[in-house]
Amino acid sequence: MREVDSETMKIVVCVKQVPDSWAEKTLGADNTLDRGSVDAVMNELDEYAVEEALRLQEAHGGEVIVLSMGPSQTTDTIRKALSMGADSGVHVIDDGLHGSDAVATSLALAKAIEGRGADLVIFGSESTDARMSVVPAMVAERLGLPQLTFSSSVSVEGSTVRTNRVTEYGYDVVEASLPALVSVVEKINEPRYPSFKGIMAAKKKKVETVDLAGLGVSADQVGLAGSWSAVEEAAARPPKAKGTIVTDDGAGGTAIADFLSAQKFI
Amino acid sequence: MAEVLVLVEHVDGAVKKVTYELLTLARRIGEPAAVLVGAGADAAIGGLAEYGAATVYVADAAELSAHPVAPKAEVLAKLVAEKAPAAVLVASTAEGKEVAARLAVRSGSGVITDAVDVSADATATQSIFGGATVVKSKVTTGTPIITVRTNSVAPEAAAGAGARVDVSVELSAAARSATIVDRVVQAKGGRPDLAEAAIVVSGGRGVGGAEGFGVIEALADSLGAAVGASRAATDAGWYPHQFQVGQTGKTVAPQLYVANGISGAIQHRAGMQTSKTVVVVNKDPEAPIFELADFGVVGDLFQVVPQLTEEITKRKG
Ligand SMILES: Cc1cc2nc3c(=O)[nH]c(=O)nc-3n(C[C@H](O)[C@H](O)[C@H](O)COP(=O)(O)OP(=O)(O)OC[C@H]3O[C@@H](n4cnc5c(N)ncnc54)[C@H](O)[C@@H]3O)c2cc1C
Ligand SMILES: Nc1ncnc2c1ncn2[C@@H]1O[C@H](COP(=O)(O)O)[C@@H](O)[C@H]1O
Repeated sequence: MREVDSETMKIVVCVKQVPDSWAEKTLGADNTLDRGSVDAVMNELDEYAVEEALRLQEAHGGEVIVLSMGPSQTTDTIRKALSMGADSGVHVIDDGLHGSDAVATSLALAKAIEGRGADLVIFGSESTDARMSVVPAMVAERLGLPQLTFSSSVSVEGSTVRTNRVTEYGYDVVEASLPALVSVVEKINEPRYPSFKGIMAAKKKKVETVDLAGLGVSADQVGLAGSWSAVEEAAARPPKAKGTIVTDDGAGGTAIADFLSAQKFI
Repeated sequence: MAEVLVLVEHVDGAVKKVTYELLTLARRIGEPAAVLVGAGADAAIGGLAEYGAATVYVADAAELSAHPVAPKAEVLAKLVAEKAPAAVLVASTAEGKEVAARLAVRSGSGVITDAVDVSADATATQSIFGGATVVKSKVTTGTPIITVRTNSVAPEAAAGAGARVDVSVELSAAARSATIVDRVVQAKGGRPDLAEAAIVVSGGRGVGGAEGFGVIEALADSLGAAVGASRAATDAGWYPHQFQVGQTGKTVAPQLYVANGISGAIQHRAGMQTSKTVVVVNKDPEAPIFELADFGVVGDLFQVVPQLTEEITKRKG
């Protein structure tokens, strides 16, 4: 257990760079996401994680470190978090990481978090490209940290963190002692836009780069070769036949009922 | 024949339909064994046996329900180590995916999420990029751990022995480190479960307010459907948050999805795109949701929907 005081509260927030959600996404020759051909942005859901980290810092003081793993253009996403207000960045980058699945990604992130003395590690709840919602739970398992995921609220008091975990039928109130790992859902806050001052300040903030050797991870533990699952084949779904669209002329409801009858729904 | 572990989704022994779907899939791979964590085994075992569970592993220590996610992963990890199953199938709910995630790390196995089909050799079919691409994936290391979406397969009964085997697990300190101190259940109503329903009727900003949802509910009830909502509608407080469909709400794949007054933003589509049949009512002919429609009506939902409800009620007699 660890008392948080304003001098020491340290938050690591994990953000991922993803293809713009409107972009047409394709798989490359090795069945990994073709990241080169699309505009890349910060995973929308990770903006809420950065915002929550900054709000906790505003309430308790301390420091916010943004952590991201990805190819060289990932620096743009780290800069965005820095321009929102995070203090410094850590960029995990190594050609050997290309093609890492969630298990491998969680190993690299866990190694990058370990030893930094974080009181809180904050994640988004899902990456919009992988859509797995598994990396936070995996990192919690690896680091032995209490897992407080899918949080719609987070509060820290002394050495206790308390969250509302969104469930199927409402929410669970979950409590743990720091250090702990949290993921947030989008209901939690409204992310700020970087200000001009923030963008200027971000240019001077420090971003440390770390490679596999620096993490103490060997090349066979990550990347395409070190991943424990593999895509064997991929095919475009045949485009859906165009549906029938009619304009309501006073009998639109009946027209739908006819369609539903024909399809045996009624 | 090797066992295939299926994590039971249940509330106090009331088993969810998705579990019977998982047991049906499990039979393709090996001998299904249900794993029930929490209270209610007596109520659950009959149904599990009916859908083919040869064994029902029961871990019902109260402690297991006091902490989120990790205890279920540790129960499964113990069984994986002892029984060397051919695969582990878990429902693709938010919690199910997290259980699978922790189990993967703990058991040194790969994990595949959101499968829509699983074959005899544990190859999983996934529908990615909002349904635009279909991929087949395999776990290459350890025990295949696969989370499967609801409504991926029709549950088929096939009698199994349903032999109860009690399991006790010494939880790790890490699993006990986060504690559920309160559970808040928000009203659900008498309709089918949104994630599992065969038909979903949804309303969006076009519904105009909380009262407007009366029209949506009436249509849903005429079809025996669940009600869903867009984020615009839940954020405005017109309908409770747990009914939100989409990227940050529930992912649904019903036989029929009826979207009313919903524009079809990418985040909404992410949660309903793999619905088998889509019907749209929207007054804007340019609304992107029409791209997904099998049948669409350009019109005012307050005219079209009540007429539809009346027509259905009449035809169902
Ligand atoms: C991080 C993030 C996560 C998100 N997650 C989700 C999510 O999970 N689910 C989700 O739904 N959204 C989500 N969104 C929001 C999403 O981007 C859209 O804003 C939202 O889906 C719009 O809801 P809507 O279609 O109801 O409203 P609008 O886009 O305003 O569309 C309303 C539609 O109703 C029609 N209409 C109006 N009146 C009538 C009438 N009388 N009869 C018929 N039609 C009428 C209009 O023509 C219009 O097409 C998310 C956004 C972000 C940023
Ligand atoms: N490459 C990455 N770098 C940093 N954080 C990541 C990375 N991949 C995933 N995450 C974090 O894990 C969360 C869940 O991702 P996922 O399990 O892929 O849906 C994201 O919202 C991020 O916070």
